[in-house]
Amino acid sequence: MFAAAAVPAALMLAPVLGLVVLAFQGTGEIWRHLAAYVLPDALRQTAMLLSGTAAVAALAGIGAAWLVTSFDFPGRKWLEWALLLPLAMPTYIVAYAYADVLHPIGPVQTGLRMLLGIDEVRGLVFPDIRSMPGCILVMGFALYPYVYISTRAALLMQSAEAIEAARGLGASGSVLIRRVVLPIASPAIGVGLGLVMMEALADIGASEFLGVRTLTVAVYVTWTTRGSVEGAAQIALAILALTFVLLAVERAMARHRDQGAGERAPLRRSLTGAMAALATIGCTLPMAVGFAVPTLHLLVNAAIRIAEFGFPAQLGNWTWNSLRLATLATATTLCAGFLIAFCQRHLGSPASTLLLRVSALGYALPGTVLAVGLLGPMAWFDEAMAIALDHVGRIAVPALSGSAAALVLAYSLRFLAIPANTLESAYRSIPSTVDDAARGLGAPDRVLAGRIHLPLLSPAAAASALMVLIECMKELPATLLLRPLNVETLATAIYGEASRGTYEEGAVAALAIVAVGLIPVVILVRGFKLKADGRRRSRWRRDRAEA
Amino acid sequence: MTLHRRTLLVGASCALPLGTMPLSAAHAATEVNLYTTREAGLIQPLLERFSATTGIKVNTVFMSAGLAERVAAEGARSPADVLMTVDAGSLVDLDRKGLTQPLNSKIVDAAVPSALRAPASNWVPLSLRARVILVSNERVPDTAMTYEQLADVRWKGRVCLRSGNHPYNTALFGAMLVKHGPVVTEAYLADLKRNLARKPAGGDREVARDIMAGICDVGLSNSYYVGLMLSGAGGSEQKRWGQAVRVIMPTFDDGAGTHVNVSGAAVARHAPHAANAIRLIEFLLSPEAQKVYAEANFEFPLLPDVPLHPAIAHLGKLRVDTVGMADMAAHRAAASMMVDRVGFDQ
Repeated sequence: MFAAAAVPAALMLAPVLGLVVLAFQGTGEIWRHLAAYVLPDALRQTAMLLSGTAAVAALAGIGAAWLVTSFDFPGRKWLEWALLLPLAMPTYIVAYAYADVLHPIGPVQTGLRMLLGIDEVRGLVFPDIRSMPGCILVMGFALYPYVYISTRAALLMQSAEAIEAARGLGASGSVLIRRVVLPIASPAIGVGLGLVMMEALADIGASEFLGVRTLTVAVYVTWTTRGSVEGAAQIALAILALTFVLLAVERAMARHRDQGAGERAPLRRSLTGAMAALATIGCTLPMAVGFAVPTLHLLVNAAIRIAEFGFPAQLGNWTWNSLRLATLATATTLCAGFLIAFCQRHLGSPASTLLLRVSALGYALPGTVLAVGLLGPMAWFDEAMAIALDHVGRIAVPALSGSAAALVLAYSLRFLAIPANTLESAYRSIPSTVDDAARGLGAPDRVLAGRIHLPLLSPAAAASALMVLIECMKELPATLLLRPLNVETLATAIYGEASRGTYEEGAVAALAIVAVGLIPVVILVRGFKLKADGRRRSRWRRDRAEA
Repeated sequence: MTLHRRTLLVGASCALPLGTMPLSAAHAATEVNLYTTREAGLIQPLLERFSATTGIKVNTVFMSAGLAERVAAEGARSPADVLMTVDAGSLVDLDRKGLTQPLNSKIVDAAVPSALRAPASNWVPLSLRARVILVSNERVPDTAMTYEQLADVRWKGRVCLRSGNHPYNTALFGAMLVKHGPVVTEAYLADLKRNLARKPAGGDREVARDIMAGICDVGLSNSYYVGLMLSGAGGSEQKRWGQAVRVIMPTFDDGAGTHVNVSGAAVARHAPHAANAIRLIEFLLSPEAQKVYAEANFEFPLLPDVPLHPAIAHLGKLRVDTVGMADMAAHRAAASMMVDRVGFDQ
């Protein structure tokens, strides 16, 4: 079992190895320049962007998750899933959309000037979105669903008794949140925030467009403009090492937060009047900022495009390519992530912990960097296969380089952190006595994993599958660099339009990602609901039988 | 049992979609494989016409950064025949990394002006774009300017630019480095930074939009963006941005000409269909194809007799600056480090 779980972790080292080989081809001469003029500011901007984005995402994600799981208020039912929608939007598209919407000659400022009776464009003082605060807001609201989805799952799986007991003892409001809800959900919140920060760290499109120069932008510019792919590999590895240490520290601190799972989700309290209105607004706001506003902007532009040119002829083809690549990669990633999480549960040894840490590396690497790192090892593999098969007798073998399999591999490595960490944290909610009981009754590993763990983990597994699926559909830089000839996906089509004319021309394809992303969201939410209802029903039956 | 059946089912359904995906590059004799950093949609009409006249199918993959790295990693097994990029610097890099092969074609030699071909190079330019100055129609009366004048104190707080480290800008600063040397160029960059109205961000079209909004009065843009905006191809809103600015074809102080960059192509070192690759490049330099470059992409064609798109015809005849492409490319990295030193993007 350990050997099986070690395979994805070992593959994860392939792009890292590729980068190390590149890094060693450099002299390191460029570091003096980078250290003096580039890295100090890049470090400062990265720290500001990550902490700011995490704060915004935590506020929106935890707040929304707590509201929808603890209370009933108007719109709760649809907000519960609508809050996931920003997941379906590529971050750079959100950034482009806000640059349009909030520009001095865009609709918001023009409307404000009309309201205030200002004629001069420069007459209205309005902060520029192309700034650090602007980038933090865009990323925070685009990425909060990672916190929302894991926190919500944790709150649904938690012991209702704890919350109800606390309420019975008179705890309410902030005390309840601080002393009960947050500690219970903290492993899940940690995972969600980790994902948000790694997303923000790996981003290039939105940061560069909004004028924020992070370490990742420094890697990219060192490669493309300063003309040193070796120097770029060196910085990328340094970032990777830093991330590895930070993750280890975060994990060490989170170790003692294990919580027991509840038998049922806590009962929701009904809110009325002003409180209900506040809850509705509080949940609508992040969804509106992260999704509705940019989508409306895209819809308007898409409608204009479709009226003029009709639907893109290739739309079906792009969607099919995106879907099949993403589905395959999601299946692979989920299996590998489960293996690693199960291994950690089963062994809990330093070796299995190491596997878990290594599995997160791909997420901390920007997509282009991971793809560049993979190029070398994939070519070595092709070379080795060719030599090996030459001995057997000249079988024509399709190369891994430039194949669809290469894309599936890249996606799986890039996003393995999502299921591995989500499942590992969900495992902590299953008491170890469950394993002991199963083993005592003679259940082998296979049965324990398949018949006992998987059903208990299914909300977390479904949530991570959804995230991986949508991430794969949105993934751009690795897809651009590694894809086979003549293969266009929704994400590359949007980028193509964006780099050819205006990104609005990609509005139709962007909306297609959103539409395809909606399907798993709906399935996921329905799955959640049925499960929770089923649990409630069976408890009700048991109670009646006992009576 | 059920578990096994399900495993099989999942396995089969996973393998199915992969099976219909092209697994490896095509090697048929009637094909040519194109790796391009030039967006494929822009050249699609050209490729279709090429296929129609020659019967050669063009397989394309469009990428942004990393074309050279991918071809290098693929090595002798690479299916790439034609490598096409949008920046002279990356074309020079392809040569330097040994990823190209000499292009022997009388048609190409006859079509490309020798001034635009780097000596002993394997790549050829296919189209030209000028780095032009945009000024506010309302607030700036000037009709002629030099690149050096952008750093005049007169423009303090009035200039908008994209990142100083973008290849379009480092190419310009590289040419300036060739002309004026490091001391003058670094002082120029520091002065230009002082003149910025906002942090460098966005793309070239944002410059026109920000001028229209009154954020700034002057900026730099590639010439085809002007055509894209003015022709209405980018939508009616962008047409208004284009109308808010006046385009100046600048020169350097020496008056030699306007700074241009190229899109270009080379035959890959290990091209499996080298003959087809040459035919494609020859076709792209034909009057028929050059007309498409001008009409659909608002670029300056290489062939002198091909007319410009009406939207940029008012810019007049392009007089190309004398700094060679190879020379400019060689100074690009040094220019980029100066951009870092003066904290241009910070």
